[in-house]
Amino acid sequence: MDLVRRALDSDIYWSFKRSPVVVTAAIVTILVFAGAIFAPWIAPQNPFDLRQLNLMDASLPPVWSAEGTSQYPLGTDTQGRDVLSTILFGSRISLLVGFLSVIFAMFLGVSLGLIAGYMGGTVDAVIMRIADVQLSFPAILIALLIDGVARVVIPRELHHEIAIYVLILAIGFSGWVQYARTVRGSCLVEKSKEYVQAARVIGRHPIAIMAQHVLPNVMGPVLVIATIHLALAIITEATLSFLGVGVPPTEPSLGTLIRIGNNYLFSGEWWITVFPGLALVIMVLAVNLLGDWLRDALNPKLR
Amino acid sequence: MNAQTPARAAPLVVAKDLARFFDVSKPLLNRLIERTGRQVLRAVDGVDFEIARGETLSLVGESGCGKSTVARLVVGLYRPSRGTMSFDGQDMAGVTAQADIARIRKRFQMIFQDPYASLNPRWRVGRIIAEPIVVHGLMSDPAEIKARVGELLRQVGLSPADSEKYPHEFSGGQRQRISIARALSSNPEFLVCDEPTSALDVSVQAQILNLMKELQRQLGLTYLFISHNLAVVYYISDRVGVMYLGRLVELGDKKSIFTRPQHPYTRMLLDAIPDLEMSGRPRTPVAGEVPNPIDPPPGCAFNPRCPYANERCTRERPEPKPSPTGAMVACHAVEEGRLPELVRDYAPPAV
Amino acid sequence: MSVEPLLEVRNLRVEFPTRRGTLVAVDDISFSIAPGEVLGVVGESGAGKSLTGAAIIGLLEPPGRVAGGEIRLDGKRIDNLPYEAMRRIRGREIGAIFQDPLTSLNPLYTVGRQLTETILTHLDVDEAEARARAIKLLQDVGIPAAERRIDHYPHQFSGGMRQRVVIALALCANPRLIVADEPTTALDVSIQAQIITLIKRLCRDHGASVMLVTHDMGVIAETADRVAVMYAGRIAEIGPVRDVIKRAKHPYTEGLMGSIPKLGGSETKLAQIDGAMPRLTAIPKGCAFNPRCPKVFGRCREERPEPIQVGDTKVACWLYDSANKAAAE
Repeated sequence: MDLVRRALDSDIYWSFKRSPVVVTAAIVTILVFAGAIFAPWIAPQNPFDLRQLNLMDASLPPVWSAEGTSQYPLGTDTQGRDVLSTILFGSRISLLVGFLSVIFAMFLGVSLGLIAGYMGGTVDAVIMRIADVQLSFPAILIALLIDGVARVVIPRELHHEIAIYVLILAIGFSGWVQYARTVRGSCLVEKSKEYVQAARVIGRHPIAIMAQHVLPNVMGPVLVIATIHLALAIITEATLSFLGVGVPPTEPSLGTLIRIGNNYLFSGEWWITVFPGLALVIMVLAVNLLGDWLRDALNPKLR
Repeated sequence: MNAQTPARAAPLVVAKDLARFFDVSKPLLNRLIERTGRQVLRAVDGVDFEIARGETLSLVGESGCGKSTVARLVVGLYRPSRGTMSFDGQDMAGVTAQADIARIRKRFQMIFQDPYASLNPRWRVGRIIAEPIVVHGLMSDPAEIKARVGELLRQVGLSPADSEKYPHEFSGGQRQRISIARALSSNPEFLVCDEPTSALDVSVQAQILNLMKELQRQLGLTYLFISHNLAVVYYISDRVGVMYLGRLVELGDKKSIFTRPQHPYTRMLLDAIPDLEMSGRPRTPVAGEVPNPIDPPPGCAFNPRCPYANERCTRERPEPKPSPTGAMVACHAVEEGRLPELVRDYAPPAV
Repeated sequence: MSVEPLLEVRNLRVEFPTRRGTLVAVDDISFSIAPGEVLGVVGESGAGKSLTGAAIIGLLEPPGRVAGGEIRLDGKRIDNLPYEAMRRIRGREIGAIFQDPLTSLNPLYTVGRQLTETILTHLDVDEAEARARAIKLLQDVGIPAAERRIDHYPHQFSGGMRQRVVIALALCANPRLIVADEPTTALDVSIQAQIITLIKRLCRDHGASVMLVTHDMGVIAETADRVAVMYAGRIAEIGPVRDVIKRAKHPYTEGLMGSIPKLGGSETKLAQIDGAMPRLTAIPKGCAFNPRCPKVFGRCREERPEPIQVGDTKVACWLYDSANKAAAE
């Protein structure tokens, strides 16, 4: 109760309430997330259950076209799958990959950033030079590289099963640098503050100081990066899937759907690719707007 | 300091030839391109002092004189580049076993300058104060710890209920009280105070200074007090050390420093104190400023600003020597007796 | 005091609208500065002293705003001037010196360029004359080898020298009023004395008035002719510096003076005022000082005291109201 009251009274909630764009973005985000999470229960059909598919209904246009039916509001693809349902299920995969890779990147980046910032010296130099080198490659290239290596190393029969984990690792690895740099910077600032020195005088172990004193005070910017990174991770996943190195077509994400639909674009069945694309844009835009707002709201200088 | 401490019991803290250098060189690439060498900042360059149990030694000086570095050397936040620090007869560099370090650590604590930066903003006050208790394993029962935190809060003039609050809910003075409570929680004997009141308003400063004196009386604490404010130092200390560019230029008991200052720099600092009594005493502005500590002048570092400097002062660095007042003074002019006698009139009232 | 005041501030009120309501940071204060006079404005952090200075030079940080009262320079109102007109007055008529010399100077330009530009903006001279004047000003503020130093950048000066440059900058157009906000706070004691001596000498030479805002009573004692003591956005006491410092009338001033450690003063206990200045969100009813006041009585908790003339001093304290004379004795 107390927590709720404090949250409603906070400056962040106040700045949230004042911006209609942010409120809209938040509502859209919640709808998209809910749609993805509850897809098995709310989707009109399970597009991966072959028994529910009817080839007779293949390639139906959206409901407002002359040939559309209200059974498939956004139309169907060439195998008779309901486009709305594939989008709901696809968002599920996209968000899962996005979230897990952000968590992985955050864990890796925050740990390395803390170590670099707190230890300084050679450790710092090595970690940050690796970060610099990685930054000179586009993230997508890093992800492609890791994905490619994994395909060579891992036995063929396992490919389908673990493809999604490889994808998560690949996207995660391509994104840790941002976290590490930010955390290292904040860590250098916090480290010189007197409360950290006080903990050192008390005789606390460096790991305890990092975890209990420094970490909670550098998490603000990390959350902002994580939000913006989530949008980026979803896009990266979509790109990789579009290129055909992402999740397997048996469990299509939004990117896979766009790729599949792309083949039919010129035969006039535009809805198969346009609606998943639109869903991706809306999802990423909403998350990005939230991230931008969070960055401004948490920045005391702009308040 | 042998000349002035013959009758004293063994001092609690002894610093011998304490020094700390910082490498402030530019990055390697710049050095190669600009053909410059390494640059070393001698923040503290050979400082000797002792602090007896229950007394307050103050170090005073202008910014960049190394006084805060000495405080950090004493509590072990920096390792000395040269010299030794010993606490209760034990050389700190010689203590290596974890258990021994912890045992000594809990006997001294530090109070910092900035009340806004010295408390972790994400921790509740109760947890902040209890941290030393928990780390040193002094108590383990949460109820017992809670009672102790409440007692400490009351001791520094706050209420036990304040332990549930966060630091940002308190004013600067109250935060400094919380800092003091944290420092006291491991029952230390020795507190290092780095400009504890210089970020506070005067009326609040008086509260904190009074509290510190009161606590010293009750708990028999020993203080090393760092300050740039001579009037504050006058109130709080038993002995005073004046620092200039990393060295102690004068060290003696309060009475001798304030009534019969020897070193020209000490005299200059005293002259520069604003005259609140409006006695019409002109505040003597001193020519010049503190030189760059990376490149201090040869000989006595004070010689470019000193009205008594002669050729020897620009060539030979003076070592601290006992003066007639009992203070240790590092000055050729004092040693040669070519300084005019000076007795200032604000003798402390008889205690 | 028959001389027309140079600066007159009447019932000035500075407000900060926030989402929790309007905070009154400066509440109905009045004072004046005579030509050539140094008025010290002293108070603890949050007392509103710097905001008063900022309001006078028209540089209140938004959302802060002057919400009432008037500021007159030489009889002309300047608090309601448009930005451009105020900008011309600032520099020409009013010079400003701030606490941090580093942020008052543009690090990208030489001090000479900054000085000559200011001179050219405000005075009708050509470039060569402006440069000559700049060198003269640098000499005036005690910068050695001014002809050479004029082409140096701010970072090539030490802290004390930089503050001298800032003072030279404030003096460029021979202003009649200088607002100095904590000009010595960032400096070491030995440099402080140099800067104070300099400000005093320059004002005498140039005939300028000074409003000196500081928290340091020592600086006030040495520099000011009159002093205003501020507390929680109001003036507690204003009068000749000697009276205020040696014979403080307001219990706050008295407590403040007692709490300053002095050489030769007590070594066992300083006089102290318990508690802290109220936050702007929680200014008590009646006299703002009443919860901390050792001499508080019933009326202080109910009614806000207006300044009462006592000798040369004005004190906002009910102890000095004729109805309460008995209590004051």
